Amino acid sequence: MNKITVIINEKKFEVDPHKTILEVCRENEVEILTMCHLKGIVDIGACRLCLVEIEGMNKLIPACTTKVAANMVIRTDTEKLKKYQRITTELFYAERNHVCAVCVSNGKCELQNLGYKVGVDNIRYPHLFPQCEVDTSHPWYVMDHNRCIMCTRCVRVCNEVEGAHNWDVMNRGHQVRIISDFNTPWGESTTCTSCGKCLHACPTGAIWPKAIVQGQLEKNPVMITELIERRKMKL
Amino acid sequence: MIRHELQALTGKVREKQQQYKHRICVCCGASCISSGSEEVLNKLNEEIKARGLEETVEVIPTGCMGPCNQGPLVKYLPENTIYQKVDCENLQRVVQSQLIDKKPLEDLLLFADSREKPFVDAAEDPFFKRQQKIALKDCGDINPDSIEDYLAVGGYQALDKAIFLMSPEEVISEVKQSRIRGRGGAGYPTGLKWETVYKYVSDQKYVICNGDEGDPGAFMDRSVLEGNPHRVLESMAIAGYAIGASKGYAYIRGEYPLAIKRFEQAIKQAGKLGLLGKNILGSNFSFDVEVRIGAGAFVCGEETALIASIEGKRGTPKPRPPFPAESGLWGKPTLINNVETFAAIAPIILNGGEWYSETGTAKSAGTKVFALAGKINYSGLIEVPMGTSLREIVFDIGGGIQHGAEFKAAQTGGPSGGCIPAEHLDVKMDYESLMSLGSIMGSGGLIVMDKSSDMVDVARYFMEFCMDESCGKCIPCRVGTKMMHDLIQKIGERKATRIDLDRLEELAVYVKETSLCGLGASAPNPLLSTLRHFREEYESKIQQEG
Amino acid sequence: MKSDTAVPVKEVSKTDPRIKLIAARIKKENYKPDALIEILHTAQGAYGYLPKEVLVYIAKALKLPPSRVFSTVTFYHFFSLKSKGDHTCIVCTGTACYVKGAQAILNKLEKEFGLKPGQVTTDNKLGVAVARCIGACGLAPAVVIDNDVQGKVSADAIIETINEKTGIV
Repeated sequence: MNKITVIINEKKFEVDPHKTILEVCRENEVEILTMCHLKGIVDIGACRLCLVEIEGMNKLIPACTTKVAANMVIRTDTEKLKKYQRITTELFYAERNHVCAVCVSNGKCELQNLGYKVGVDNIRYPHLFPQCEVDTSHPWYVMDHNRCIMCTRCVRVCNEVEGAHNWDVMNRGHQVRIISDFNTPWGESTTCTSCGKCLHACPTGAIWPKAIVQGQLEKNPVMITELIERRKMKL
Repeated sequence: MIRHELQALTGKVREKQQQYKHRICVCCGASCISSGSEEVLNKLNEEIKARGLEETVEVIPTGCMGPCNQGPLVKYLPENTIYQKVDCENLQRVVQSQLIDKKPLEDLLLFADSREKPFVDAAEDPFFKRQQKIALKDCGDINPDSIEDYLAVGGYQALDKAIFLMSPEEVISEVKQSRIRGRGGAGYPTGLKWETVYKYVSDQKYVICNGDEGDPGAFMDRSVLEGNPHRVLESMAIAGYAIGASKGYAYIRGEYPLAIKRFEQAIKQAGKLGLLGKNILGSNFSFDVEVRIGAGAFVCGEETALIASIEGKRGTPKPRPPFPAESGLWGKPTLINNVETFAAIAPIILNGGEWYSETGTAKSAGTKVFALAGKINYSGLIEVPMGTSLREIVFDIGGGIQHGAEFKAAQTGGPSGGCIPAEHLDVKMDYESLMSLGSIMGSGGLIVMDKSSDMVDVARYFMEFCMDESCGKCIPCRVGTKMMHDLIQKIGERKATRIDLDRLEELAVYVKETSLCGLGASAPNPLLSTLRHFREEYESKIQQEG
Repeated sequence: MKSDTAVPVKEVSKTDPRIKLIAARIKKENYKPDALIEILHTAQGAYGYLPKEVLVYIAKALKLPPSRVFSTVTFYHFFSLKSKGDHTCIVCTGTACYVKGAQAILNKLEKEFGLKPGQVTTDNKLGVAVARCIGACGLAPAVVIDNDVQGKVSADAIIETINEKTGIV
């Protein structure tokens, strides 16, 4: 395959033309922050953390859904992008009720790591404090909407990899919630196979197994990517 | 029906119409219907029969005539005399005076308070005189329920011309030459869009007519669909021929049942005459149109969200690229144009792109339909050349502010647009000029406000709209609009400090730049434009430190 | 945002004329899942809202996952999961109506019947809702009572019309 040249943060790279900006950056150890991306499942460009600046474009472009093009000049590290990443992170924290100290994911949470990375020391926006349910109806797993950031990785993994489509999103705007079936309790779902993939896809402590205590949750999202790769090889 | 039969039928219809000496048009646009125009239509028919005039006088329902707040409107042709607020009682007096005594009935003539006297020939009224109708031509003169009426005014001649006398490339080049830009808001050159879709090779392509007019205060698309559905249908077929599509969808708001009914009826009528369906007019070109009814989501005006909605899903937008021109409906190349854009296509094909481009400004060719509403004497629908000044629209056409009050601002572009203050009344209404003032053309809603309007509250109103209509997919729009709404509300309640105002401004720029789709990216516009032009109103409401 | 507790969903009756209507529509659309919104329109038109058992029926007929149906229903404002009342009063809150006093009408409705937008009287006789813009801006403020558009209305006139139609005084 013919390689093309792209310039990322003033450095030249020879890359495959069919790859996304995100793939190219990750392969070349250029850091791009993401939340809704999980390698292997369809990208939706929703978390806006992977936005990059591209010369000649008047808009910020999501790296996860945009393919590289010959001689593309990309910036991932401008002050503006850093500022926006910080605001995005703060909005994630302000949207629901995140209390790290009592969370199963404490210390191993992607949202927490993101906060450290962009240097969030306080949240400048008023917390929305929405009333959120904790669904404990499933025999093994818990869905805690307080900790959900609406990345919809669980929805996509359930649909695309497991093929169960237990999860989806209801309502719209800031009222959106992850639902199972007809907004029925998870434990009464007619579609869930209890495979547990959503648990590993979830970047925060929103989905967790019951047999675990605070701060002890180890998630393995890479397992899902590997599973998808293995299935592809089999085909 | 094959080609020469169309010409024969058109001739026959015209002949039949010439039998009548008078034509009485009763406006049956949604606005006039709710003022009782359907009863007026029935009663008028009875009256004409009772007087034995049915051989010489034709009574028809038509689409919107324009000055909606004066309805029900009844127009007498050929005199072109319009009567306002006609009801079942006073219509007899009008008939007696107009048809029997042959003189106009002064007290019911169309009249706005600010004018000196009413006009017998409506074309003399500045409301009509200053307008130039292309998209709305025939709307208000013909019966939208009758395909014959449309044929009589040259309907389906453009389709005939395109299919038999032009290659798809020639059609596209004509549209390019017209320099028409998308009337849905963003103003992307239509010809370029057509060409892009044309170039993609695919076994199946689609044409979509975007009639999901969601801006509060905008009813241009509705009036076109209700008043002249065949024009839109014909233009969709022309687009299908040009880009190589055999299937079209008209996505119409669920809130517009009359538009849906008339458009579905138009599809049936055209299909029956062979102007739609397999081998149109005996050619090799086949094209079908289906109506899809919107279910109440503003975001579905966004191309990718609209496509998701037609596919029966949540109307959430997708990042572009890929653009719908490459991968749209069911992953196929798809052309999406707004209703008003389509309404201009048939005349462009018939009269040539150059003819269209002679109207308007260098960068914004042609005409634009605006929906006037708010504190203005004539509220309703108008069509003016691009580049007409706001002052001319508000004061000459619209008859000025109600009760002689002072003009404060005009809001264009709905929740995606901004407010234009009095000092910019001379702004030319075109894409670039409005953009430079922090507003947008949008789909054409134009709300006039007087001194009683509180601009902070106006900003809050539009932000509440965007907050409710946000699809919730990307975080800047989902949480950002809520945060901004709460902050504006706090300012309105005089509880906010300067820090809140600074934060609000920072958030507004952030949401504008980082949102996934047009809804989020334009949601801060009403806020930013009122901050720009009416900053003192915000300042006066924030608490001073201490 | 409470999830529905485990009330067993009753099955729809195949002889219900409304279900027949929906079934006919589904057949007409060739059981295509992408016709979901069209079918929901038919169901909403028939029932005035979307009862859960009807959603279950539609999901099964179109072979769609329940969450996919529910997510679509809750996305669009046109669809409602609750009965909107025997009589409905929809106040347009489009910009023109807003400028011309839609809020005053809503306030009056709340004062008179104790109903906020989206609420229904306990006897289900009257429901009050708001529309974003019904496109009758020239007639602002506009209110739709049982599908009849009333233009340039005063709050008092609306109350009177409602009283006439519903018999609530």
